[in-house]
Amino acid sequence: MTSAAPSISMLYQPRLARRKACNVVFYVTGAAVCAMTVALLATLIGVVLKDGWTFLTVRFVTSFPSRIEPELAGVKPALFGSLCVVLMTGVISVPLGVGAAVYLSEYAGDSRLNRFIQLNIANLAGVPSIVYGLLGLAVFVRWLHLGSSILAGSLTMSLLVLPVIIISAREAIAAVPQSLRQAAYALGATRWQTVRAHVLPSALPGILTGVILSLSRAVGEAAPLLIVGAAAFMLSMPGSQAGGGAWNKLVAIGTDNFAVLPIQIFNWCKEPDVVFQQLAAAGIVVLLAALLAMNSVAVGIRLWHQRKRTW
Amino acid sequence: MRRHLRNLLERGIGVAMLICALLSVATTAGIILTLVGQSVPFFRAVPLGEFFAGRKWAPLFEPPRYGLLPLICGTFLITVGALLVAVPIGVSAALFLSECAPRRLRDVLKPVLEILAGVPSVVYGFFALTFLTPNVIAKLVPSTPIFNAASAAIVVGIMIIPTICSLSDDAFRAVPRSLREAGFALSATRFEVAGRIVLPGAASGVVAAILLAVGRAIGETMAVTIAAGIKPTLTLNPFESVQTMTAFIAEVSEGDVEAGTMASHCLFAVGLVLFAITLGVNLVARWFSRRFREVYE
Repeated sequence: MTSAAPSISMLYQPRLARRKACNVVFYVTGAAVCAMTVALLATLIGVVLKDGWTFLTVRFVTSFPSRIEPELAGVKPALFGSLCVVLMTGVISVPLGVGAAVYLSEYAGDSRLNRFIQLNIANLAGVPSIVYGLLGLAVFVRWLHLGSSILAGSLTMSLLVLPVIIISAREAIAAVPQSLRQAAYALGATRWQTVRAHVLPSALPGILTGVILSLSRAVGEAAPLLIVGAAAFMLSMPGSQAGGGAWNKLVAIGTDNFAVLPIQIFNWCKEPDVVFQQLAAAGIVVLLAALLAMNSVAVGIRLWHQRKRTW
Repeated sequence: MRRHLRNLLERGIGVAMLICALLSVATTAGIILTLVGQSVPFFRAVPLGEFFAGRKWAPLFEPPRYGLLPLICGTFLITVGALLVAVPIGVSAALFLSECAPRRLRDVLKPVLEILAGVPSVVYGFFALTFLTPNVIAKLVPSTPIFNAASAAIVVGIMIIPTICSLSDDAFRAVPRSLREAGFALSATRFEVAGRIVLPGAASGVVAAILLAVGRAIGETMAVTIAAGIKPTLTLNPFESVQTMTAFIAEVSEGDVEAGTMASHCLFAVGLVLFAITLGVNLVARWFSRRFREVYE
């Protein structure tokens, strides 16, 4: 640069050293910030494991919580409650969510109603979960007289995860190539035949991934269930008093009060004693393990699908 | 005959799907109707002036005081603190990931962010209460109480980093390659391209990402209830106990709330304010990203 004519070199000052230094600083900060997020996650997991280590035994998942003997406490009813809630939420929300997604992407054209529904769904996805809890309390618990039951909790959770399921299912359906539909229509298939035999099977892995991810959100969610009135401590299993057939048992479970893992953890967190903090940490490890299992299934489906996909 | 039946089935299925889709509209209507309907008795009893301008919140005491400002202030404090943590980290990580990071690093960091986003909020509350407060905050400011706004704000910040990062990353990637190449052709460094071309070009997307994260921070419940405490305080000092609107709702509903009592109406009134604020923030985010989007090609 110095070889240029003097008049130009006076105007043109590349300040290369400074600019390159800025660039290096940018790289270093970026890398440091990224390293920090990894470190954060590691610290989080490390803290939980260290605190919960002493309680992580088989006994922890097979015994009841206890205030008097915290050393013998466990998460059995909470784990069972979480399982019931997530299963029932899935049964309720998956057909509704997939149905809505199919309507929006296959049936409705670019109508005003369609756009309104979409805007509405996008806004629902941003509503705080605790507001869904208030809705569930007013509608399911009080108005429909379901009480603080697993059914009321699951219905509330279904409303919470529906927008997420609809959005992810729509994405999966949109990824199915148009040519598949056109081929079906060309052979005289009706709209529903096309959807059932071609669009849904092709979009299934994507839909499943979205469903599992949104249900795993529901597993970790405590606020709406707290409002709906999930129990702080369950000293018996939900529905354990019921006798008779399997149906009676099922109804009894659905209408009984319940505890879920995140609320159990929340309650242990509030106790000042160190033992309860260790219990909370152990409960968190169980919760994270459940979430990890669900997410691995979702990732597995995604990988399998990517390998098998022909389009 | 069979064709007739098939047409009927077709029509029926179309209608069933429409009903599924309309359920979301019904949910919104349900939220608004219950929140407004259940809080009407509250607003009949408490003048709006006291509710929005009163400086003391003690609804369950005798005599009750219904000044919402301490709760708003708590929510504000947590949200601003969370943004101070999350915006620099989230945006710079996204810029680094989209502009400089090798693919390998991206492949490692994306899942880490997804995991951070997937960790339940009670876990962050536990982390704030048992790790951040005693090991970090109490070391810096020894007089801090166990329940404090700072630790809650930090964990809420960590929780919204993934939102900000992944949405900003999308916005950065929507900036066309040709603009960057033009920058490089003028011998700009990576930093200059990132800071003067990509960031301004994606500004509306970044702002929308931050606003969506604000919505999440305002609605965050469990971590805040665990870490920030349940003492409504009108303060901007992060090293004090505060109560947010969400934490109040959680605290009251832990004890069984009888339908028709003032406590119940109060719950829904606070819920209504919370819903209105988050809806407003989300709508502004949507409007912003549409209004100020740079359209390429």
